[in-house]
Amino acid sequence: MFGRISLRYKIPINLSLAILLTSLVIGGVLIWRSYEEVRNDLFRSSVELGTVLANTLVAPLKHDDVWRAYQVLRSAGSRIFIVLDEANRVFVSNKPAQFTMLSELTANGPELAHLQTAIDRHGSLTPFFHERPEDARVYVVIPVVDDGIQIANLIIGYPHSIFRPHLINIARRVGITSLIVMLFLIPISWWIGKQTAEPLAELSESMSRVGREPLVSIDYQPSERDDEIGHLGQSFSAMIQELDEKQNLERQVIVSERLAAVGRLAAGVAHEINNPLGGMINAINTYRRFGRTDPETDKTVFLLERGLRQIHETVSALLVEARQERHDLTPEDIEDVRLLVQSDAQKKGLHLVWENKLDRPLSLPSTPVRQVLMNLSLNAVEAAKQAGQVTLRVARENGLLEIRVSNDGLTVSNEAIERLFEPFVHDRPGGTGLGLWVTYQIVQQFNGEIFVQSEEGNTCFMVRLPLEHAV
Amino acid sequence: MTGFYTEGIWRMHAYCRIGLVLLALCIVLSRSGAADEGRLDTPLKIGLTPVFLDNKLSILRIWQRYLEKRLGRPVQFVHRQTYREIIDLLLTQEIQSAWICGFPYVRYADRFTLLAVPLYQGEPLYQSYLIVPAGDRKTKHITDLQGKVFAYSDPDSNSGYLVPRVALRRADHNPDTFFSRTFFAWAHYDVVLAVAEGLADGGAVDGYVWDTLLRFHPELAKRTRIVNKSKKFGFPPLVVNHTLPEDDVRLLRYVMLKMKDEPDGVAMLRELNLDSFVAGTPELYEGIKDNVAYMAGAELSVRQNQSSVQNTY
Repeated sequence: MFGRISLRYKIPINLSLAILLTSLVIGGVLIWRSYEEVRNDLFRSSVELGTVLANTLVAPLKHDDVWRAYQVLRSAGSRIFIVLDEANRVFVSNKPAQFTMLSELTANGPELAHLQTAIDRHGSLTPFFHERPEDARVYVVIPVVDDGIQIANLIIGYPHSIFRPHLINIARRVGITSLIVMLFLIPISWWIGKQTAEPLAELSESMSRVGREPLVSIDYQPSERDDEIGHLGQSFSAMIQELDEKQNLERQVIVSERLAAVGRLAAGVAHEINNPLGGMINAINTYRRFGRTDPETDKTVFLLERGLRQIHETVSALLVEARQERHDLTPEDIEDVRLLVQSDAQKKGLHLVWENKLDRPLSLPSTPVRQVLMNLSLNAVEAAKQAGQVTLRVARENGLLEIRVSNDGLTVSNEAIERLFEPFVHDRPGGTGLGLWVTYQIVQQFNGEIFVQSEEGNTCFMVRLPLEHAV
Repeated sequence: MTGFYTEGIWRMHAYCRIGLVLLALCIVLSRSGAADEGRLDTPLKIGLTPVFLDNKLSILRIWQRYLEKRLGRPVQFVHRQTYREIIDLLLTQEIQSAWICGFPYVRYADRFTLLAVPLYQGEPLYQSYLIVPAGDRKTKHITDLQGKVFAYSDPDSNSGYLVPRVALRRADHNPDTFFSRTFFAWAHYDVVLAVAEGLADGGAVDGYVWDTLLRFHPELAKRTRIVNKSKKFGFPPLVVNHTLPEDDVRLLRYVMLKMKDEPDGVAMLRELNLDSFVAGTPELYEGIKDNVAYMAGAELSVRQNQSSVQNTY
């Protein structure tokens, strides 16, 4: 049961219990010590008092002067004095009605009878303390000695309750002190407990989410403490980060491998199709040139040719190949694309932000770059909200051409992003599903990179193409 | 009989009043002019015993000043624990005067002169009371206290020693073995205290002291109960020994007897719970003398079948 309680509560509760226990133990020891001290003080002061009384009692005892002995002992209060003569009979006491003269101690109740046996057993001339928990009183017995001979015993009895006010007083003080200490320590212990437990609890909670939830959703902020807990949190954070990077990398590798496989497959299929296709188109051309003409056949051949050309176009589109063209990309090429996109944008009432930061031609073939630009910007116009915004930014940065195209349309899910560049994948009617495939193939051929980021209200395509190592 | 003494005093007083004043005047005058001037500085030492509440120091101070003013010489009250010590001081002539019990006065009648006797409730007489703790409702007579603890006041006291012992002897008991234990409290006040606090099961006290206690300290007196009162005896007298010159004795007696006529004297008498002081005669103490004789006789032979209603409680 207790094992299931969070450390957040367990540590402060344990600390509080430890404080409480310590207080109790210290309090108990203090009270016990005080009791001992009070007892010893009582014994000491009783022996002092008793010795004075015993010396004063010698003369009345020797003269058998009961009244003078009584006057010596006569006092108010709960303390009792009994003088026992040599025959252990009451010579006089300060409570004469209770302890009658000449009565035996044993005739005065079991408590005093027990005291009598203690006196008999003691046998020496030193004062002694007689205390039994079941007795109503504690006793100090002081021998009355004259010239080395014991002539009587003086018994001083105190009610047990004589300790009570002292003990209550001490207990109250100990209690109040403990309370004050606890009043300070318990909040401190709760704070310490919280400080210790909270990072652990957060860590534990975050750890339990690893594997169940995507790493990105684990928003763990390690504390900056320079202790074991801090180190643990920092290590966990670093681990999460590395795990995230690894997962991203793996995903990218999978995506690019898949795309590469698809590309190889497409290229292979395209080659395999292109050869017979070329033959078939040649055959049709030959037939046209040399063959008989009758309208039915011409019509059929025309249909065949059209179909074959369509196949050719599709296969060509799949087989993206940068044409060996040495026309460098100029700022005007970018502006041309703008003109082409403008009309579509206007139809949708979009706000088109066009940032062309190029100021001179770049050593990149213009046609594929323009195709990339066209594909991305037309896609963006398509995806943007009605009367939304499309932003295009082209700039040269660190030996790279960087193209950013963003729109404010619907968010693209992560799963969709992974398949976005595959051929014939389209999320809208009317598209060929080849635009991004082509773009991807072009970027790959230029050893460039393409990223997609899609957040709420902003989907951004970013393309980076190296300038030096252009194909 | 008592009436005779009292009236006698009064008569004497009426006749001799002027004479006494003149006498006192003469003494004072003769003293002031006489060669014996040193005596004026010698303090008059008066011994006090607990026949009255001698623990009321405030009254004693006032009384001392009262006497000094009238005697024209310092007065010193001498206290001792027991009657015996005061009597010894009187006998050894270290003090000149004392307020003692009738018992020692009777014993040393030849060596002491009666100075004055207090007048209590109109008589120069008092009684001995047998008291028990207030809780004891059963005791009717001293003989009921057999085997108990008994408190005497002083071996030289009539009321606190002689009277109960005579009573026991008359009831055919040996006073020395009748009680399981006896002790002396040395003062009537302390006998009352011992009985009140249960130290003793019974005690014999001066009736005047007990009555005075009842008046001034009822909370203590009421913790005891009077079982019996004895017949009346001569009140403890003030005596002088023979060292004091006759003139001084006369002046002292005059001053004592005059107390009732002076406002501060009356105030003091009220504090002492007495009416006045009178001259008194030795015959007042015949009753005590009888007791002494009876006990002396009893010591010699145990008398059978003799009882005196008068002398017992």
